[in-house]
Amino acid sequence: MKLTFPHMGNLYIAMRALFENLGAEVVIPPKSSKRTLTLGTRYSPEFACLPLKVNIGNFIEAFEMGADTIVMAGGVGPCRFGYYGEVQREILKDLGYEFEMVVIEPPQGRIGHLLERVKKLVGKVTARQVIYALKLTWAKMSAVDELERLANVVRAREAEKGSTSKVLETVLGWVDSASTIEEVRDAKEEGLGTLKRLPMDGSREPLKVALVGEIYVVLEPFVNLHVERELGEMGVEVERSIYIGEWVKEHVVGDLLRFGRKNPVKDSAKPYLCHFVGGHGLESVGRAVEYAKRGFHGVVQVMPFTCMPEIVAQSILPSVSRDYDIPIMTLIFDEHSAEAGVITRLEAFVDLMSRRRK
Amino acid sequence: MKEAIKPRVGIPRALLYYTYYPLWHAFLTELGVEVVVSPPTTKGIVDAGVKVTVDEACLPVKVFCGHVASLRGSVDYIFVPRLVSVEHRAYICPKFMGLPDIVRNNISRLPELIAPSFDCSRGEKGYISGFYEVGRVFTHRSREIRRAYNLANERLSKFVRAMESGLSLGEAFSSVGLVEALAASQAATSGNANVRPGMGRKDAHAGGQAPSLDGNPSCRDGAISGIGPGEAEPITIGIIGHPYNIYDSYVNMRLIERLEGMGARIITPEMLPLSVVEDEAARLPKRLFWTFARRILGAAYHFLSSPKVHGCLHITAFGCGPDSLVGELIEREAKRRREVPFMTITIDEHTGEAGVVTRLEAFMDMIRRGRGR
Repeated sequence: MKLTFPHMGNLYIAMRALFENLGAEVVIPPKSSKRTLTLGTRYSPEFACLPLKVNIGNFIEAFEMGADTIVMAGGVGPCRFGYYGEVQREILKDLGYEFEMVVIEPPQGRIGHLLERVKKLVGKVTARQVIYALKLTWAKMSAVDELERLANVVRAREAEKGSTSKVLETVLGWVDSASTIEEVRDAKEEGLGTLKRLPMDGSREPLKVALVGEIYVVLEPFVNLHVERELGEMGVEVERSIYIGEWVKEHVVGDLLRFGRKNPVKDSAKPYLCHFVGGHGLESVGRAVEYAKRGFHGVVQVMPFTCMPEIVAQSILPSVSRDYDIPIMTLIFDEHSAEAGVITRLEAFVDLMSRRRK
Repeated sequence: MKEAIKPRVGIPRALLYYTYYPLWHAFLTELGVEVVVSPPTTKGIVDAGVKVTVDEACLPVKVFCGHVASLRGSVDYIFVPRLVSVEHRAYICPKFMGLPDIVRNNISRLPELIAPSFDCSRGEKGYISGFYEVGRVFTHRSREIRRAYNLANERLSKFVRAMESGLSLGEAFSSVGLVEALAASQAATSGNANVRPGMGRKDAHAGGQAPSLDGNPSCRDGAISGIGPGEAEPITIGIIGHPYNIYDSYVNMRLIERLEGMGARIITPEMLPLSVVEDEAARLPKRLFWTFARRILGAAYHFLSSPKVHGCLHITAFGCGPDSLVGELIEREAKRRREVPFMTITIDEHTGEAGVVTRLEAFMDMIRRGRGR
C-alpha cells in the first residue's frame, strides 16, 4: 500500500513524518505546478472551488508515481471542503483509477473512531510508535511554522532580493529529512540561525501587512501566487493569520480534548459578524480587527473563487476597514489567476500604505 | 389592545421566503404584527441588490438584499433570520448564517432588523429559541409566544403537505390562507412588469391557460402517478434547484411558464414526499450536510430513475457552492444511467433570455425525438 495526500503548503513535511513513522509507505505528489492545475481543472466540476481542483491534480500525479491509497480529511460542513472526498472519489473512479480513499472525519470527541481509521491505513502499530510519530510530527510542524514566520521578518529586510526564499527552501529540506526529534530540533536551530545571519538592510522600516482568509489559499504559495514572497520582496513584513501548527493545536487537539472554547477572535469579530459561517470566515473578520488594533498598515484577504464563508467575510470587511481606518484588499484566486495582475495590485496596495504612513 | 397600531414587519420575498413564509407569517400575525412582503422581484430590485453587495455574492443573495432595500421606509422592522441549520446534524449554505451581518454591513438607512438565529444542528432547542427571540420583541408573555409557535408550525406542516400533494406554490399558499399576499403578487405580475429584458419574445400559454401565480408549476393532479390510463402522457420535466431559484419567476426568466407553454408538465422537489427524497439521497456513501442540497440530489436521483419523468433540469445560481458539488454528483449519475436527459441552466444577473429560450427549446426537442423512437 502506497499512501498519498494532497498538498497544502509545506504540510507534506509533517504528514510524511507521521505516516512513515507509523510504518506506511508514502508517495508525496510533485509540488503543485501548472500541470497539476491543468489536470485538476480538466476533470473537476467547473464551479467547484480551487482547492478541490488542485487536489485532483495532486492525486493524479501521485497515481502516476505509484500511489494507490488516498488519505483525505473530511468535515461536517457547512464549508464545501467537508464533502471534497466524496466528489473526488467519484471523479477519479470515473477516470478509471483503481485506488482506496480513506477519509478522516473530524473525531468530534471520539478518539476511538479516529484511531480505527488510522489503523485501517497503517495496520497494527504499538501505542509507543503512535506516540512517537505524533511527537515527531508535531515537532516538524512547529519547526516549519517557526522558520516560515522568521522568514517573513527577514525577507522584508533582506539585502539581496530573493536570498531569504532560497535559504528557507534549503532549511525546510533539513527539517524534512530529519528522522528524530533531536535532529528536527537541530535542523530548526541551524535554520533559524542561517536565516538570521542573512545580510540585511537595517535602515528599512518595513510596512506590516497581515494575510487573512481561507486556510488553503493562505498556506499554498502555488495557489496564492506567492503572495507572501511577493509582498516580502517589496519590503513588506507579512504576518499570516494561519500557521498549520497553531491550527492543529486549536482544532484537532482542542476538539479531541474538548478544551474550554473561549475564542478571542470570535469576540473581536462580534460587532461585525456574530456567528460562525463555516471555514475561516469568522476568523478572517476577527483577525482583521485584531491586526488593525495592533497597528498593522494593511490586511490582505485571500480566498478561492466562490468560497462561501470568505464571501461573507468579504462583504463585511469594508466596515472593519472604515471603522479602523485600515486598508483591506481582497484577492480571489481561481485557475485563471495570473501573476502579473496580482503583482500590480499588490504594488498599488503597498504604494497606498506607504503614502498613508507619510 | 387589538385596536392599537400594529407594528409592521417586512419580510423580503427572497431566499427561504419560498420555503418558510407560511411559518413566519403565521407566527408574526399571531403576535399581532402586520406582515408586509416586498413586491415580486423586478429589475429594479435586482439592480438595487447588485449595487449594495460584493460582486462575488450569488444572485439569490443579491436579490435578497434588493428586497431588503425595497422594504426600507415602509416598515418598522425587517425580518432577516439567521438560518444556521433547519435539521439535526446538517447546515445550510454559509451565506445564510451571515445574512443579517451581510445586510447590516451593506445596506444603509435600515429600520431595526429582527434577526433571530435558528439552529437545529444540535436539536430542537436552537429552533424554538429563535421564535422566542422574535416573540420577545412584541410580547413579554411566553404563553402567547408558545401558542403562536405551535400554530405557526402547524401551518407550516399543512403547507408542506399541500406542496407534496402536488399543488403549485401559489395554491399551497392559498391553502393556508395566504390570499392577500398572493393577490398583491398577482397584481404586480399581471402588469408584466416582471419580464426580464433581453429578447422580447412572449410565449403563448398552452390552451389559453392563465399564467400561474409567481410562475409556479400548476401541476394540479400533482404526483407523477396522477395520469389515468389511456391518456396521452404529456412530457414531464423534473425541475431541481433551490426553491428561491425555481419559484422566483423573474430570477429564472419565467422558465417554468415557458416550459409549460411548450407543452411540458412540471414537477419540483417540493412535490415529492420528503421520505422519497431522503431515501434517494441516502444512497450516497456519506450523508450530505446541506439540507437543501440533499433534497435537490434526492429529487434528482428520483427523477433520473422514474419512467414517468422525461427530462431533468437543474436551475442553479452562478457560484452556488453546494450546487457546484451536488450538481456534479447528479450529472455523473445521469451520465451513468443514460435514461433521462439532464441539463443545467446557470443563472446570474447578466443572463440573457435568448440563450435560455434556445436551450429550453433544444432540450424539449431532444426529449420529443427520444420518445418518438
